Amino acid sequence: MSRNVSIAYLIGLGLLLLAPMFIYPILVMKVLCFALFACAFNLLLGYTGLLSFGHAVFLGSAAYVTGHALKVWQLPTLLGLLAGTGAATLLGWVIGSLAIRRQGIYFAMVTLALAQMVFFFFLQAPFTGGEDGLQGVPRGSLFGLDLADDINLYYLVLAIFAASFWLIQRTIHSPFGQILKAIRENEPRAISLGYDVAKYKLLAFVLSAGLAGLAGATKTLVFKFATLTDAHWHTSGEVVLMTLLGGMGTVFGPVVGATVIVTLQNELADKVGSLVTVIMGAIFVICVLAFRRGIVGESLALYNRMTGQKT
Amino acid sequence: MTEIFGVPIQALMGQLMLGLVNGSFYAVLSLGLAVIFGMLNIINFAHGALYMTGAMLAWVGLEYLGLGYWWALVLAPICVGLIGIAIERLMLQWLYKLDHLYGLLLTFGLALMIEGLFRDLYGVAGQPYSIPEELSGAFNLGFMFLPKYRAWVILASLSVCLATWYMIEKTRLGAYLRAATENPKLTQAFGINVPLMVMLTYGFGVGLAGFAGVLAAPASQVGPLMGSNLIIVVFAVVVIGGMGSILGSVVTGLGLGIIEGMTKVFWPEASSTVVFMIMAVVLMIRPAGLFGREK
Amino acid sequence: MMKRKLLALSLSALFLPAAGSALAQAGKISGDVVKVAVLTDMSGVYSALGGKGSVLAAEMAIEDFKAQFKPKFKIELVSADHQNKADVGSNKVREWYDTQGVDMVTDVLNSGVAIAVAKVTTEKNKIMLNTGAASTRLTNEDCAPGNVVHYTYDTYALANGPGKAVTKQGKDSWFFLTADYAFGHSLEKDTMEAVKATGGKVLGAVRHPLNASDFSSFLLQAQASKAKVIGLANAGGDTINSIKAANEFGITKTQTLVGLLTTVVDIHALGLPTTQGMMFTEGFYWNLNKETREFSRRFFSKHKGMPNMLPAGTYSAVLHYLKAVQAAGTDDTAAVMKQMKATPINDAFAKGGKIREDGRMVHDMYLVEVKKPADSKEPWDYYNVKQVIPGDEAFQPMALSRCAAVAKK
Repeated sequence: MSRNVSIAYLIGLGLLLLAPMFIYPILVMKVLCFALFACAFNLLLGYTGLLSFGHAVFLGSAAYVTGHALKVWQLPTLLGLLAGTGAATLLGWVIGSLAIRRQGIYFAMVTLALAQMVFFFFLQAPFTGGEDGLQGVPRGSLFGLDLADDINLYYLVLAIFAASFWLIQRTIHSPFGQILKAIRENEPRAISLGYDVAKYKLLAFVLSAGLAGLAGATKTLVFKFATLTDAHWHTSGEVVLMTLLGGMGTVFGPVVGATVIVTLQNELADKVGSLVTVIMGAIFVICVLAFRRGIVGESLALYNRMTGQKT
Repeated sequence: MTEIFGVPIQALMGQLMLGLVNGSFYAVLSLGLAVIFGMLNIINFAHGALYMTGAMLAWVGLEYLGLGYWWALVLAPICVGLIGIAIERLMLQWLYKLDHLYGLLLTFGLALMIEGLFRDLYGVAGQPYSIPEELSGAFNLGFMFLPKYRAWVILASLSVCLATWYMIEKTRLGAYLRAATENPKLTQAFGINVPLMVMLTYGFGVGLAGFAGVLAAPASQVGPLMGSNLIIVVFAVVVIGGMGSILGSVVTGLGLGIIEGMTKVFWPEASSTVVFMIMAVVLMIRPAGLFGREK
Repeated sequence: MMKRKLLALSLSALFLPAAGSALAQAGKISGDVVKVAVLTDMSGVYSALGGKGSVLAAEMAIEDFKAQFKPKFKIELVSADHQNKADVGSNKVREWYDTQGVDMVTDVLNSGVAIAVAKVTTEKNKIMLNTGAASTRLTNEDCAPGNVVHYTYDTYALANGPGKAVTKQGKDSWFFLTADYAFGHSLEKDTMEAVKATGGKVLGAVRHPLNASDFSSFLLQAQASKAKVIGLANAGGDTINSIKAANEFGITKTQTLVGLLTTVVDIHALGLPTTQGMMFTEGFYWNLNKETREFSRRFFSKHKGMPNMLPAGTYSAVLHYLKAVQAAGTDDTAAVMKQMKATPINDAFAKGGKIREDGRMVHDMYLVEVKKPADSKEPWDYYNVKQVIPGDEAFQPMALSRCAAVAKK
């Protein structure tokens, strides 16, 4: 990693450590959870070139399983988080195995349809509470710190986010990550080079699903409930938007995208009501037509142009 | 009362009829999607929203202009078709050279915009739209009640599907369309205006969706979300049928509607997911779809 | 010279917050403002029941309170749309409590949202005067007597009116069409018990999603059951659509429809020809007496529709709360709750109303029958009040309460 980038990361971390003093901690935690969700999604879209249109199902399934584990089975917090993440990973393996049989657009449609199937299961299954949601999930405590205190929980969430972000970083810059990029660039060539492309795609899918699950499990801790919104296809669309807006295929893009979208929704929800959806849709359209590299992507391109470097 | 498998025949026929109605909608919508995909290689996520727009326009026409159902049946699809042409000219045409996924994302964004707009204007709850006088009431067939309107829906949808099939397979315009789908450059070299064909195809495809919307208006709630809940099932229908043939989409749509209806009788909890379950199975046995040709 | 001034200014600036908080301590009203919030459904399936009407009612209550009692403290009102989603409502309320100093939340229709908000309210030790939701869970399994008051109505009160009266008429076999969430389940359960207690039979039930777009499939099942009565355990837009679809399928020719949560607003939307003869329980009728008429006409002049029991209840709740705050001299939750429970409620909405230990507000309910079109003399003249059900009979007796905090005693 270049020196500039390392400094940028340190500054970012510093800001995040101080954030709860200036900003409503619940809001920052929400941003962090969605940023993790978007980074996990980007692993699949930006780096492997697979558009999964049902990714919210991993967020939701982990949210419900963690909620259930903490509330009904009364597991300690870390085990609850692990249970949710594990469930999402397993679901990712099942859905991924089915979906990678098709490619391109078909892959996207299949993930959407399978996710919808799981959504309907959540709607009807008694343990999720259906429309009412799974309420009153206890946060528990960690190393003696009571997580009911928002500030304590904040630092746990920050730690989870930082660790996952580091993991994604390492994955992208590893040989495994290089193969994923090769698959994205030119799949037939990757096959001709002897790589078992299906296996790599599935692995990427499962990893992405698991991390998305971790985001969902953490979110349940923050809000103390899990609802159908977490698994709804609108949320699947939102994470695509965050990644697209922030910059697909960049490490930091999804974080930027998630921050913008969550903050925007928070600020606008009271003021414009349903027009929020229109604005989200408009951002989508504008990004696809004129801003495909996203905020980070375009900024990097601009920076390179200004400093005379080749992209 | 006679019973089949322990279910009174009246309930069975009733659900069968509802299944046929749903199946007709699936057929018309998946037909539109297939036509658009064939020509443009774009999955039109906005299809559901434009279906809803057709219904909304029918309601707006009645509410503010006093235009009745029969006017709406003709005018609304034309309006939606024009909207489609605008979308194609202003936005979609720039995406043809890119990865097809961008088309999906753009139409998804459009769907959000259209839904959000109607939601802001009219709220989520939905507006009432009454069945036209001529079609209200029901036939009492003895073994079941057949509401006249539902029978009309089935008839109208199937006629439209048949007409579309005829136009594409048997007319000269249809021949040009099929040629442009197979080999646009060669067709263009023959002097046929391919971009115009593409534009008209998209307009026609969404016009079909608008038509389905008007048909749906009296039967269910005219609300901003009516399209989005439906479109995902239609996607599954399309994956099952494969996007190769027109007749294939129609048959699959109708068939799945009936299966869904039967599921409501014998296994109600699974009725919302049965289409997706079938899709999973088809994916494993015949990935190209039942009638599909892998492109 | 500048330096000294600057120093003086900054030193005094340091002391200001301390002085400010000292003043605040003396007044014992947090932030010097009593902040009331209306959380409701502004654009969805229940928006006609509560929605903007509830906000208007709260505004009227604040106006009337200021005019009559001339309080020394400031009062502020905020409102938001929970879109019938428990997570949206719950997050909004949490943000209100954490960052905006809201002291009391009211309306909160949609039982799923209400239960979620009850939890947050208890966690943050604030007050919820729920005037919109129905589920009896708010005073039983999910009760919080120190923070939550269930004010206007509940499924027990709704169920017993028609459940007993219609069954007694000889229509003794019932089938239910139920909204599939907390409210629907609660209403279905309470009505089933009322029907069985009167000697009727329950032939079955089918659940539909909230805000369903097509009721035909569910109604076909109801028709197939051959029950004499189809109980509609849903509300708002869902009830209206169920009734319309039932008409389309000719079901109303052979079976009686009972809308278990129906209000004057729904009757207005459906029209008398479709609804004449229907019987149900409501908590308020605008045309009952001089006081209700006066309140309702004032409401009508701004809202262009008569109030049903939800905004009427919200008006009463906000008024009662503000009176309690003034009497107690603080907006501290425990003190205000104590004052509210100790004071009877006498206003346009209720006479002799009382908040019980378990948080249930008990007041008279009305069993009404919808008039025939010919009998209606003016717009909104829709009801014949068949029976006034006294509060103690209308609501679940506290002896049967499943509320942990109350049952222990």
